[in-house]
Amino acid sequence: MMKIDFSGLAASAPLCGNTDELNNEISTGQKFELPIADDFDGFQREAVQMVKPAKGTTTLAFIFKEGVMVAADSRASMGGYISSQSVKKIIEINPYMLGTMAGGAADCQFWHRNLGIKCRLHELANKRRISVTGASKLLANILYSYRGMGLSVGTMIAGWDETGPGLYYVDSEGGRLKGTRFSVGSGSPYAYGVLDSGYRFDMSVEEGAELARRAIYHATFRDGASGGVASVYHVGPNGWKKLSGDDVGELHYMYYPVEPASVEQEMTEVSGS
Amino acid sequence: MESVFGLVGKDFAIVAADSSAVHSILVHKTNEDKIMLLDSHKLMGASGETGDRAQFTEYIQKNVALYQFRNGIPLTTAAAANFTRGELATALRKNPYMVNIIMAGYDKDVGPSLYFIDYIASLHKLDKAAFGYGSYFALSMMDRHYRNDMTVEEAIDLVDKIIMEIRSRLVVAPPNFVIKIVDKDGAREYAWRESIKDAPVPAA
Repeated sequence: MMKIDFSGLAASAPLCGNTDELNNEISTGQKFELPIADDFDGFQREAVQMVKPAKGTTTLAFIFKEGVMVAADSRASMGGYISSQSVKKIIEINPYMLGTMAGGAADCQFWHRNLGIKCRLHELANKRRISVTGASKLLANILYSYRGMGLSVGTMIAGWDETGPGLYYVDSEGGRLKGTRFSVGSGSPYAYGVLDSGYRFDMSVEEGAELARRAIYHATFRDGASGGVASVYHVGPNGWKKLSGDDVGELHYMYYPVEPASVEQEMTEVSGS
Repeated sequence: MESVFGLVGKDFAIVAADSSAVHSILVHKTNEDKIMLLDSHKLMGASGETGDRAQFTEYIQKNVALYQFRNGIPLTTAAAANFTRGELATALRKNPYMVNIIMAGYDKDVGPSLYFIDYIASLHKLDKAAFGYGSYFALSMMDRHYRNDMTVEEAIDLVDKIIMEIRSRLVVAPPNFVIKIVDKDGAREYAWRESIKDAPVPAA
């Protein structure tokens, strides 16, 4: 006996309650569950969109004379709720390569860890370290093979290899860009503004760190989805080193100290008669 | 929106493409090369989704190279264009590639040729072609000024006029363009037209 499945047509509760176990085994008709939705065709698109979180973060990286400077904030937000102020968004792939996290936290952490494994395997198989070009290509190809399936990753791979400092932007749409300055996340336009205007190739490490820190601070000031701690890392010829991690609230008062307000009229005690 | 356009001259073909890599309102890069050299005498300018563009054009490039390794002779431009179109068509109903392609090549027997391949796998052999918002300006200007025996100087002059028009009339105009040429001496980069230069990095 064929069972016609009406669940796709009905918007609410399914038509039949208890299914008869015996009948289920005997029935030969093929049926598959249709999603209980009004818009059947758009349902899958909506599901992918729901899984795809907005990249509420600010991360940046730039190449300069002394290597690569990488910086990020540490806020995780779920809509209007700040779920954490202490997320590690700079991921240590191996001692000479860093990755930044924007988009889905789980996606970024997992795939960066996976990339670290693949880089180590490359080292063991080829007796030499993998280049930043190679590592970013590995990641880009993996992400490309999952395109359209709802991964949300906007990352920068920064490292120092035989050819010098390298910086690549890789995202879950499969894009991969080689460049000297990138910023990713909802706060990135703000960070770009400060970064582009203050950038010089021949900065020292301290100047570069200060530029990175300032750019993250300004982005966290204006962007609600960015905040927490501004972490700054430097990748040099001997690998990466964490330079600083400052709370952006404290940075604010450091950059813009509170002036004691000038008092125009002061109320004085009237001496009792 | 990315602009790519191309035209065939007396004994050469030219393809020009903008060079911005854009994500919503942000320009990540202004010197991204979107015209790939397939082999010594073929080039392919592509526009579309970033991931698809880079991955698909590399896939075609490697397959064209593979054919040459296996068979000892390179593919003709027509064969490469039809192969590309075939790959787009096969993927179309499953996992489509959102890439628009202008392929130009020079064959000894046929001379220069230009192929228009859009993302739904239609293929046309043409003298002039354009994709993107820039095509609104490029196509009419090429229709007006194109002749099929143009010299390189005349063609570059037309390309420059088109780039000027795109820059001045398109609201989200890309600032920089790259121009590549293919003729009997091979496929190579002809020039960049830059109105914004990224901070130069001295070579290591």
